[in-house]
Amino acid sequence: MSLISVLARAEAAESGRAAPLATVRHRHLAAHPLVLVPLTTAGEDAAPLGALVGTDRGAPRLLTVPQPRNRELRSTFLAALAEEVLPHIESAAEEVEYVERKETEPETGKKVTVQAELCLDAPQLLVPNPAGVEFLRLLGRATRFRRTAEEDPQAAHPSPPRVPLLGRWLSHYAERARVPGSSLLLPVTELLIRHWATGRSTLEDQHLAALLAWIAPPPGTTGEAAALHAELARDERGQLLVPPAGPSTDPAFDNTLLGPAIDRFDAGVADAAADLAHLVEAQLRPTWDAVWHAVDLLRTLPPAAHLPARWRRDRHSYTHHRDRVGAGEPPQPRRDDAVTAARKLVSREQSQAELDAQEALDDPLTMAERRLAGEAFAGEVLDVTMAYSEGKRPMPRPLVTCRSEDGPLPEGTARLHRALPSGGEQRGEVAEHGEVFTVRLTNGMGRSKEPAEGSVPEPGERLCWTLFEHAPRGGPGLPEPEATPWTHGGPPAQLPEPPDAFTPEDRL
Amino acid sequence: MDARALAALAANPGCHRRALLDAAGVDKRTVAERLGAPAPFGRSQFAFARGHSFESGVTAEGGAALIRLLCRQTGEEQPEPESVRVPELNAAGPAARAGRTALELRAAAARGGWSLLDHPMLSLPVAGAAVHLEPDALAVHPDGSVTVVEIKSFPILDGSADAAKVGAAARQAAVYALALEDLAEVRERALLVCPEDFSNSPTAAPLDLRKQCAATRRQLARLTRIEEIAELVPAGAGFAPSSSEGELAEAVASVPAAYAPECLSTCELAFHCRSKARAAGAVEALGRSVRGELGGLRTVEEVLEAARSEQEPADDPAAAALRRAARLRDAALAEAACR
Repeated sequence: MSLISVLARAEAAESGRAAPLATVRHRHLAAHPLVLVPLTTAGEDAAPLGALVGTDRGAPRLLTVPQPRNRELRSTFLAALAEEVLPHIESAAEEVEYVERKETEPETGKKVTVQAELCLDAPQLLVPNPAGVEFLRLLGRATRFRRTAEEDPQAAHPSPPRVPLLGRWLSHYAERARVPGSSLLLPVTELLIRHWATGRSTLEDQHLAALLAWIAPPPGTTGEAAALHAELARDERGQLLVPPAGPSTDPAFDNTLLGPAIDRFDAGVADAAADLAHLVEAQLRPTWDAVWHAVDLLRTLPPAAHLPARWRRDRHSYTHHRDRVGAGEPPQPRRDDAVTAARKLVSREQSQAELDAQEALDDPLTMAERRLAGEAFAGEVLDVTMAYSEGKRPMPRPLVTCRSEDGPLPEGTARLHRALPSGGEQRGEVAEHGEVFTVRLTNGMGRSKEPAEGSVPEPGERLCWTLFEHAPRGGPGLPEPEATPWTHGGPPAQLPEPPDAFTPEDRL
Repeated sequence: MDARALAALAANPGCHRRALLDAAGVDKRTVAERLGAPAPFGRSQFAFARGHSFESGVTAEGGAALIRLLCRQTGEEQPEPESVRVPELNAAGPAARAGRTALELRAAAARGGWSLLDHPMLSLPVAGAAVHLEPDALAVHPDGSVTVVEIKSFPILDGSADAAKVGAAARQAAVYALALEDLAEVRERALLVCPEDFSNSPTAAPLDLRKQCAATRRQLARLTRIEEIAELVPAGAGFAPSSSEGELAEAVASVPAAYAPECLSTCELAFHCRSKARAAGAVEALGRSVRGELGGLRTVEEVLEAARSEQEPADDPAAAALRRAARLRDAALAEAACR
């Protein structure tokens, strides 16, 4: 935790109300996200108990499994979930723009430009917390290898038609959620934690209702008191007044209310299923409202400047998976092959570096953290001397002398970076170190002898130089999966993976 | 006190309050309730039923299924199911059961062949007091060495499991391994038995305990001896649930605690300690890592005072850094407000 966020937490602890950690919104929020609040059965990681799902905050669809151990009821639940989620996921598949992409021709090895489709938008999914993301990953893993009656007429327990497809999409969204800065599937607690600091630890911030209480305490009370109420207050039956945001339920709820209700359902009591649905809804509804409340709060922040660029990657990711599904490719394998795993790792590292840089450029408060850490230097331009490179065609290489209030540059700093007013990145070589330092600008000034307007700072202008690159590049390329060397297990098997075997007591 | 509590104590060895109450066998849950800060821990009947049904399935067939899983991991030859001995370990009271377990362990090692001890009892001296521990099972190999078996109901999905849960299982198994050290030769690798994928059939994985054993041993050695802590409690004070709320609060307050937010998931008294820490404005309430950043500043009030101070502090680098952080933060917020 940086000292600036420690300070924000201390301020929040003093005032009893969350303090800002960001001045802009750093994640994309769709106009119509699909909110999914799942509940699971204790002790059984991927056995759903119920869910509220929908894009209309006033009219969520309630899905429940009156006996979580019953395979048929689970299938019904998953079919209904597919019915709710897939239309949303497929809603953006048709409208596309055409973008150019470089591809290597397999026969000649030449690089050619091809036209590719890119979906104009991508559907967004919101869940209450990271455990919700994990639950969707499990649900995806549990269903994507299932076979429908059409695919396998002999199957003892065929899957409802659209469920394997739902599994593939959930797997894709959950995998994408691991990429830093991605916004296809977002847990709202993480969104709130990124933008506000509460007067307690990050560990306790995982409680959605308590987190909201700190950020927007109800009138007449402090965030701390409201959070305590959300965490601990119970009624005379020992039930939490604010149910947890799931997917796990409160043990007291399981033992006092849910257990007997399931027993009544098993005994065939009339209306038992409806009673149970009512119970589950009462657990889900406060979280559903809390998620939308969080969305409202996040929408009060202006969007960060780099959001469209990052969202474009999410659109690429969505389009790519749409194409895979459309081309009839098999579901994602249980375990990635060596090359795919390495690629994912590289791309996540790159995304993290890019996210760190972009957040700092978009948000003075984040930049302040980097300045405090000695990774960025804000200051005033004292002098600009025009100079030119040597060579046949002299190019402008002006010398900019600055003084920074963030102390002298670290010894050995060779390169600095800054954002151009036009949006690009300008690099400079450090010509002189010290309290007052001089930087030789090396790019971003156009092709002519005179630098393009606005690309060279004026004396008296304020600049912020960073030690980090603004668009970090990835490492060297990796071979195609088919060319995996034997040191890494050789090329992966091409066989489509078999579905999970059924056991008498299986859970999904 | 069980292995889970012991592992939690070892994770926070500086907490005298927990060490004393655990060693004295005080029911922390009742004390917390009396102090008006009940712990929200509880176990769902569904989790309990599932854990129980899975464990009984694993230890069925006279332990043969479990030994098969173990042999598949170690590469040893699988014994005939009938040849696995499962000794009776019943006795009156934990101390007697621990004694019986020790006897049976020695007998099994002397006899040779495979034995499975189902829910044995072990005893481990912690901070000067004996603690009784009940592992899920112990497997005695034909060579006389012992493998600790941990049966958990979280799944191993496609060959991997939740790292946090595996870590907790390893810490717990390490406590058992330490308690076994004087009785038998303990294998470095424990056996973790979990449901496979989404099924109820068991699968197993080896758990390397060397690191956890070393860490737990060090932490247990660091625990202040209970007698020294007990001297802090004023004479006549007690933790009996029958004493009045005021007396109880006073007795609890007389033993210093080392609260950190991590306690909330492991200690029944944590909510009480948290409210005290917050009321005192302790920076630990904001997170364990926060303390490290702040040098000698111990309370939220001190932190904010240093941050808002008009003068450059002479000799405190933490205060100087805070002051600069506050200046940068204010400037950034002001800049954002102007846009």
